[in-house]
Amino acid sequence: MTTHYLVLSGLLFAIGAMGVLIRRNAIVVFMCVELMLNACNLAFVAFARQNGNLEGQIIAFFVMVVAAAEVVVGLAIIVTIFRTRRSASVDDANLLKY
Amino acid sequence: MSPWLPILMAVPVLGAIVVALLPKGSDKLAKQVTLLVSLVVLVLTLVVAVQFKTGGPRFQFQAVYDWIPSFGVKFGVGVDGIALVLIALSAVLVPIVILASWHDADGTQSADGTLITPKRSVKTYFSLLLVLEAMMIGVFAATDIFLFYVFFEAMLIPMYFMIGSYGGAQRSYAAVKFLLYSLFGGLLMLVAVIALYVVAGKNTFMFPELVGAIQDPATQKWLFAGFFIAFAIKAPLWPVHTWLPDAAAQAPAGAAVLLVGVLDKVGTFGMLRFCLELFPDAAKAFTMPIVVLAVISIIYGAIVAIGQTDMKRLIAYTSISHFGFIVMGVFAMSQVSQSGAALYMVNHGFATGALFLAAGFLIARRGSPHIADYGGVQKVTPLLAGFFLIAGLAGLSLPGLSSFVSEFMVMIGTYTSTAFGSGALAVAAIVSALAVILAAVYILWMVQRTMNGPTAESVKAFKDLNVREIVVLAPLVALIIGFGFFPKPLLDVINPTVTQTLVNVKVDNPAIAEKGAGQ
Amino acid sequence: MESPAEIVQHTAGGMIGASWLMIAFPLLGAAILLILGRMTNRWGHLLGVAMSLASFVVAVLTFLELIGLPADQRRQAVRLYEFIPGMVDMGLLIDPLSISFALLITGVGSLIHIYSIGYMAHDPERRRFFSYLNLFVAAMLLLVLAHNYVGLFIGWEGVGLASYLLIGFWQFKPSAAVAAKKAFIVNRVGDFGLLVGMFIILATFHTLTFSDLGAQIAKSPPSGGAITAIGLLLLLGACGKSAQLPLQSWLLDAMEGPTPVSALIHAATMVTAGVYLVVRSGAFFFPPDSAQALAVSIVGAATLLAGAIIGCAKDDIKKGLAGSTMSQIGYMMLGAGLGPVGYAFAIGHLITHGFFKADMFLGAGSVMHAMNDEVDMRKYGGLRKFMPLTFVTFFVGYLAIIGFPLLSGYFTKDGIIETAVHHQPILGWLAVLGAGITGFYMSRMVFMTFFGEKRWEKDAHPHESPAVMTWPLILLSIGAVFLGGYLILSNRLMDFLAPAVGAPPLSERPEFDPFSTAGLATLALVAVGAGFAWVRYGRAEVPAVAPRGSFLTTFARRDLFGDALNESLFMRPGQWLTRFAVYFDNRGVDGLVNGLAAGIGGTSGRLRRIQTGFARTYALSILFGAALLAGALLLVGNI
Repeated sequence: MTTHYLVLSGLLFAIGAMGVLIRRNAIVVFMCVELMLNACNLAFVAFARQNGNLEGQIIAFFVMVVAAAEVVVGLAIIVTIFRTRRSASVDDANLLKY
Repeated sequence: MSPWLPILMAVPVLGAIVVALLPKGSDKLAKQVTLLVSLVVLVLTLVVAVQFKTGGPRFQFQAVYDWIPSFGVKFGVGVDGIALVLIALSAVLVPIVILASWHDADGTQSADGTLITPKRSVKTYFSLLLVLEAMMIGVFAATDIFLFYVFFEAMLIPMYFMIGSYGGAQRSYAAVKFLLYSLFGGLLMLVAVIALYVVAGKNTFMFPELVGAIQDPATQKWLFAGFFIAFAIKAPLWPVHTWLPDAAAQAPAGAAVLLVGVLDKVGTFGMLRFCLELFPDAAKAFTMPIVVLAVISIIYGAIVAIGQTDMKRLIAYTSISHFGFIVMGVFAMSQVSQSGAALYMVNHGFATGALFLAAGFLIARRGSPHIADYGGVQKVTPLLAGFFLIAGLAGLSLPGLSSFVSEFMVMIGTYTSTAFGSGALAVAAIVSALAVILAAVYILWMVQRTMNGPTAESVKAFKDLNVREIVVLAPLVALIIGFGFFPKPLLDVINPTVTQTLVNVKVDNPAIAEKGAGQ
Repeated sequence: MESPAEIVQHTAGGMIGASWLMIAFPLLGAAILLILGRMTNRWGHLLGVAMSLASFVVAVLTFLELIGLPADQRRQAVRLYEFIPGMVDMGLLIDPLSISFALLITGVGSLIHIYSIGYMAHDPERRRFFSYLNLFVAAMLLLVLAHNYVGLFIGWEGVGLASYLLIGFWQFKPSAAVAAKKAFIVNRVGDFGLLVGMFIILATFHTLTFSDLGAQIAKSPPSGGAITAIGLLLLLGACGKSAQLPLQSWLLDAMEGPTPVSALIHAATMVTAGVYLVVRSGAFFFPPDSAQALAVSIVGAATLLAGAIIGCAKDDIKKGLAGSTMSQIGYMMLGAGLGPVGYAFAIGHLITHGFFKADMFLGAGSVMHAMNDEVDMRKYGGLRKFMPLTFVTFFVGYLAIIGFPLLSGYFTKDGIIETAVHHQPILGWLAVLGAGITGFYMSRMVFMTFFGEKRWEKDAHPHESPAVMTWPLILLSIGAVFLGGYLILSNRLMDFLAPAVGAPPLSERPEFDPFSTAGLATLALVAVGAGFAWVRYGRAEVPAVAPRGSFLTTFARRDLFGDALNESLFMRPGQWLTRFAVYFDNRGVDGLVNGLAAGIGGTSGRLRRIQTGFARTYALSILFGAALLAGALLLVGNI
C-alpha cells in the first residue's frame, strides 16, 4: 500500500520541481513549491500510517503551518515586485546578481 | 603587583578618548592635549626607567590580572631590559612625532599643486597616535603571549587608518598592502600561539612559564616557523619586505617614523624573545638560513636604496638593510651581537626617525618626495641641510654617532661568535661589512643630489627650519651623538637580559674580550 | 732587534692625565661654532684659532712631561671611560709616536688656522670653515691618541667626515660636491678593510687595546694566516686614507676644497694617517720580510712612482702638489714596510713633509689668492718679483722636497731611500728614480709659477699676501729647513720613538753617510731632473695652452687612467647592478606579491559570474546538489 502513496508523492514532487525550474510566472512557481511541500506531506502521512505512530502526521501539520507562513511572506514579496516592475516573471527579478 | 605599566598604558588611552570627544573645530586644542599626554607618558616612562634595577630579576614592574580564566589568558605585563629600552624609545618618539606632524593631518600640497585632503578629521589623527602609543607600550610590556598577540594585531588598526586616511596619493593601496601582509603573518602566529598553548598543556599563556615547555624538536620547528614568519614580515626581512617602502612612502612623515622606528621593532623584538627562548633548538637549527636571509637583506636593501628616486622609499630601503643587521645580530647568538642588535633597535629608531623627519620637512616645503626635484638646498636652508646630513650620517653608521656602536657590535659579535663554528658566521659578518661602503653611497648621493650643487629654481623660496621643527630634530640629534659616545647606560640595561636569553637558548657564548676590559 | 716598551697604566694626574684636553678644546670649539651658528660670525675664526692653539699648548706640556720620564716609562695609557661595557674602553695612549703626531697636528694645524683667517677673510661662511677645521683637529687627535683600535677608528672616520665637509665646503660647485662624496666613499672602501681587520684582531687576540695586544704578542709572537690577513686588511685601510694605489683616485679631486684644507688635511696630517696605522700596528707587519710587510713596501714604491708621474703632467698647481703628496706618502709607506729600521725615517719624513708640503700648499694658496683663484700654472709666470715672501718660502719648501743637501727632505727621504736600497734593493732603486722625477716636476712647478714670462689673465694684479698669511709660511719654511737634520742626525728621532715602535738591532743602526752610492745617485738624478725642467720650462717659453702631448703625457694627465678604471670596473657595473636590483624588486619580488593579489582578485572576479540572479538557476543547482548528496549516500550505503 505504502508504495503507491510514495510513488504518487514522488510524482507530485517531480512535477513541482520541474515547475519551479521551468515556469517563469512567480505565482506558478510558488504553487509548484506548494506542490512539492504537499508531496512531502503525503509521504510523511503514508509512513506514519505504515509505522502506526503519530510523528509523521505531526510533522505534516508543521509543514502546513510553515507553508502557510511562507505563502503570506512570499505572496507579499511577489505583489510588491509586481507593483514596482509591472511583471510577475521571476527572471525580471534578478537584482541580486554579481 | 606594580601599577606602573598599566598606568603607562592607561594614560594615552584616556588621552585618546578625551581628544576624540573634543568638539569639532578644536583642532589646535586636540594637538595640544595630545602633546601634553605624550609628555606625561614620557615622564612616567622615565620614572619607571630610573626605578629599573639592572641587577634585579629579569621581569620587573610585573602586574598580572585574570582576563579569560577558562583559557588561562591573563593580562600580564612586565618589562625586562630590552622591553624597557624599547618602551622608552616609543615614549621619546611619540611626542617628537606629534610635534613633527603638527600640520600633517591638515592636508598636504602635492608637487603639482593639488591638495591631498585627509579622509578623516585632525583630532582623529592625534587620537589614533595616542591609541598607537598605548599599544606600542603594551606589546613590549606583555608577558602573556596571548596578550602580546592581541597587541601585535591591534597595532595594525590605528596605523592602517593613519596611512590610509592621511597619507599621500597612493595611500589606499599602501594601507591595504600593509594590512594584508601583516594580517597574513599574524594569522600564522595565531595558529602557533594556540598550538603552543595546546602542546605545552600548562593552561597558561604566560611567557616565563612557557620557556622550555616545548621539548620535541619537530614541534619546535613548526611553532618557530609560525612565529618567525610573522616577525619576519613585521621586521621586514627579505623577501617579505615590499610592503614597507610603499607604506613608509605613503604614510605621513610622523606615522612613517613610528612605523619604521617602533612598530617594525616588534618583529625583531619578538624574534629575540619568543622565537629564541621558546624554541631554542629550532632557532639553532634554522640559524644559518636566517642569517643568510639577513645578509641578503643587508646588501640587497642597500643596493636597491641606491637606485631609488624617492627620498622616503630610499630611507625605507635603508631600514631594510639595517633590519638585516638586527636579525643577523639576534641569530648570531653571542652576547655582543645580541646586545648590539637590541641596541640597534633603539639607535635605529632615533637615526631613521631623524632622517624621516628631516626628509619630511624638506618634502613639506616642496610637496614632492622626488630627489630630482631638489638641488642646492643647503645654500637656502643651511639648518635643514645640517640636520639632514647628521641624520644621514647616523644612517650610514658614522663612528661617533649612536648607530655605529650597535652596527659595530653586531658585526664583530657575529664574526667572533663561537656558536656554530665560526666559519660561516665570519663570512656573514665580512659580507655584511660591505654595507659600510654601500651606505656611504646611498646617503651621500642623496645628500649630494638634494643639498649640494647649484640651487634649483624650485627651492629658492624655501624657508629654513622654524622653531617647532628645530625642537623636533634637536633632541634626536642630541640622543644620536650622546649615545654615540656614551652607549653604556643603554647597554647596562640590555646586557643582563641578553645574558638570560642566551642561558635560555643554552648557547655558551661568553662575552668576548672580557680580558680587554681592564685597560 | 729591540721590541717596544710595555705600556703602563697612567695613574698620576699631571699633564698626561689631562691630555684629553687636547681633544676637548677643538671639539668644544667646533660644537660652539656649529650650535651658535651665525651668532659667532664676528669672532668665530678667533675662537677656532684659540682652541687650536690651546690644544697645541696642551700637546707641548704633555710632551715635556713625557720626555721627563725614563725611556721605559714613556708609554702611558690613560683610561677615560667605559665605552662598550666589558669590551671597549675609551682611553688615550701617550707615547713618543702619538705625541709626535699630536705636536705635528696641533702645531701645523694652528699655523694653518691662522693662515685661514686671511685666506678665508672674504668668505661669508668663514665661521663654518673654522668649525670644520676644529672638528678635524679633534678627530685627528683622537685617531693618533686613542689607545685601542675602536677609538682609532672613530677618529679615522671623524677625519673622513671633516675631510668630506671641507672638500665640499664650496658645495654649490657640483665638482666640489662630487669630489667630497668620492673622497668619502673611496675612504669607506679602506674603512671596510680596517673594520674587518679589527674583527680578526679581536677574534685572534680577544682584545683591541694596544697595551693588551702588545702583551699578548710579546708572550707568543703571532704567525700564520690570520696575521697576514690582518696586515693586508689594515694596509687596505691605510691605502684608502693615505691615497695609495689602488685607492688613490680621490686625492686629486679633493683639491676642490679650500687651499688651507689641502695643506692641513690632504698634505700634512690626515693623509698620513695610513702611515701611522702601519707603524702603530707594527706587530702585524713583522717580520719585515713577511708578505704583508712586503706588500706595504710595494704599494709605497708603486704609489711614489705613480704620484710622481701624475705630478709631471698637471698644470693645476694644487693637483701637481697633490700628486707630489701621493708620491711622498709612497716614500713613507715604503719606509714603514721595512720594519723598525725604517720607522724613524718614515715618521721623520712624515713630519718634515708636513712642514714643507704645508708650506708649499699655503704658498700655492697665497699665489691663488693673488691671482683671482687661478690655479692653472700656464697662466702664472714671473711671480717671484711680485710676491717675494711667498716665493722665498715656496722655494725653501721646494728645495726641501727635492732633497737639496742639508735641508729637511734631504735627510729624511735619503734615509728612506738608503734603507730601502739596503733591505729591498729593487724597491730602493725605484725610489731613487722617483726622487729624480720629483726633481723634475717640482722644478717645473717652480719655474712655471715664479720664473719666466708673465702669462697672466688680463685682470690679474698679483700682490703679496697679508701678514696673517705670510707668517705661517715663514714659520713652516723654517721647519722645512732645519727639522730634518735635527731629527735624523745622531738618530735622535729613532731613539725617541724606540719605546713606542721598537728599534733595529745595533748592527743595523743606520749611520748618516753623505757619500753613499744611493745618496749620490739620488742627488745626480735630482740634478738631471731639475736641469731638464729648466730646459723645458725655465729657459723655454711655456705655451699658455697645454700641447697635446704623447700617450705618456695623456696617461699622466688622466691620473694613470685611475678614474677610467674605477668607472669601468666599479661604477658602471654598480649602476647596472643597482638598476637591475630596483627592477627586480619592483617587478620580481613585489611583482610576485602583487601578482598573487591580482590572481586572487581575478579568480574571484570570474567566480562571481556564477551568480546570475536567475532564481531558477539556483534552484537547478540545489536540485543537482540534492541529487548528488542522495547519490553519494546511496553509494556509501548508509541509507
